[in-house]
Amino acid sequence: MSDLLKNITRFIIFILFQVFILNKIPPLHQFITPYLYFLFILWLPFRIPRFSLTIVGFFFGLCFDFFTKTPGLHAAACTLIAYLRPFMINVLLSKEDAGFNYVDPAPSSMGWSSYSVYVLVLAFVHNVYLVFLEWLQFANFWYFLGKVIATTGVSFLLIMITDVLFYRKQKFRTNI
Amino acid sequence: MRNVFIFIRRYFNFLFFIIIQVFSLYMLFHYNKFHEAAFMDVAGEITGKISKQYNSVEYYFQLKKTNEQLLEENLRLRNKLKEDFLPTDTATELVLDSIRVDSLEIYRRYLYFPAKVINNSVTSQTNYLTISRGSNQGLSKDMAVVSPTGIIGTIVNVSPNMAIVMSILHRQSRVSASLLNSGETGSIEWDGEDPQVLTFRNIPRSAHPKIGDTVVTSRYSTFPPGQPIGTIVNMEQQGGSNFYVLKVKPSTNFFNIQFVYAVRNLQKEEQDALEKIANKQE
Repeated sequence: MSDLLKNITRFIIFILFQVFILNKIPPLHQFITPYLYFLFILWLPFRIPRFSLTIVGFFFGLCFDFFTKTPGLHAAACTLIAYLRPFMINVLLSKEDAGFNYVDPAPSSMGWSSYSVYVLVLAFVHNVYLVFLEWLQFANFWYFLGKVIATTGVSFLLIMITDVLFYRKQKFRTNI
Repeated sequence: MRNVFIFIRRYFNFLFFIIIQVFSLYMLFHYNKFHEAAFMDVAGEITGKISKQYNSVEYYFQLKKTNEQLLEENLRLRNKLKEDFLPTDTATELVLDSIRVDSLEIYRRYLYFPAKVINNSVTSQTNYLTISRGSNQGLSKDMAVVSPTGIIGTIVNVSPNMAIVMSILHRQSRVSASLLNSGETGSIEWDGEDPQVLTFRNIPRSAHPKIGDTVVTSRYSTFPPGQPIGTIVNMEQQGGSNFYVLKVKPSTNFFNIQFVYAVRNLQKEEQDALEKIANKQE
């Protein structure tokens, strides 16, 4: 499957999975919202230019927003992590590192430790921004803090489970 | 001038990112104006179609509960039939009232439209439902929506074939409610914490509410009066004030709603116009 087709399929599957499965789960606690959909942005190829990445992030968030009737909320958070993603990758992988020779960020291309840091930081940023925007409308500080921590923990757990379940073997890219 | 262009080229990605952020936040904070824009309508139709497909599967699993709810409602309505009651006097003949209220539309105040729920959320702070009936089928904005077991919410947006309902499980929803026993009126809100608990404010201490009392919609709300909302499960006194803060368990189970009724208040325009004139005179 070509990269483009693969990513379009992922786009649709992640949105539908989040809207029709994760959002339907009865809440365990008011702090816990299982967010997984932004994994789509984390899985986009390394070589995608920053400009297109920001646009893709925006449209992905906006499509999700149409299902939840909150135009702009998830779009803003997705744009933010899409914009910050290249910085994170540059910090975690040096230019000479073998990681860049693979197609997508994955545990098999980046190594489990840097991949977990990559996921944890971006999930945290995503949730801080998302909950912050929600919090601006209904101010309550403990709600903000508790929800950011609990939601990030759940997101991280879900992403790691997804990565173990759908282990993506990465092809080493050569010039030949 | 040249420096400006160099600056823009150098920071193009950053500037582009800022523009998108501002655009998103504008959409978010101007939601009320924005959701009337045409393309939210189109998007609503598309997401509604997908939700409909999903619901056709989900509906199958909830048939049993839906049937039970409808049966209970039928039972309640059947027990209200005129034939079930003996006349108070000794006359054995039933006499129908000669004023045929139902067929004369001017006496009718509320008109019910059935609708199927095709999308529903309970997990966020701002919960909405999508129902498969829209402006082509007689719905409009601000109509009340009730279910066989209790109230649901208010319509906030209609497209030709779908409508979006703001659930009472929404941080901004407010419904005028009253105690069934004594008739004191207050307002029902939701604090966003637990979908099983609503907050009922402004009930004076002189009303003596008890745990287990039923709360219904008041005569001043957009809902038809006397629709069940829930039962009181907890009472707190606000420090130093003369009012109770009551916790109410909703009678509707928001997790498995399948059918609802949208209610049009046929006298609303007249009432609004009259109240507008009264407000102007002040």
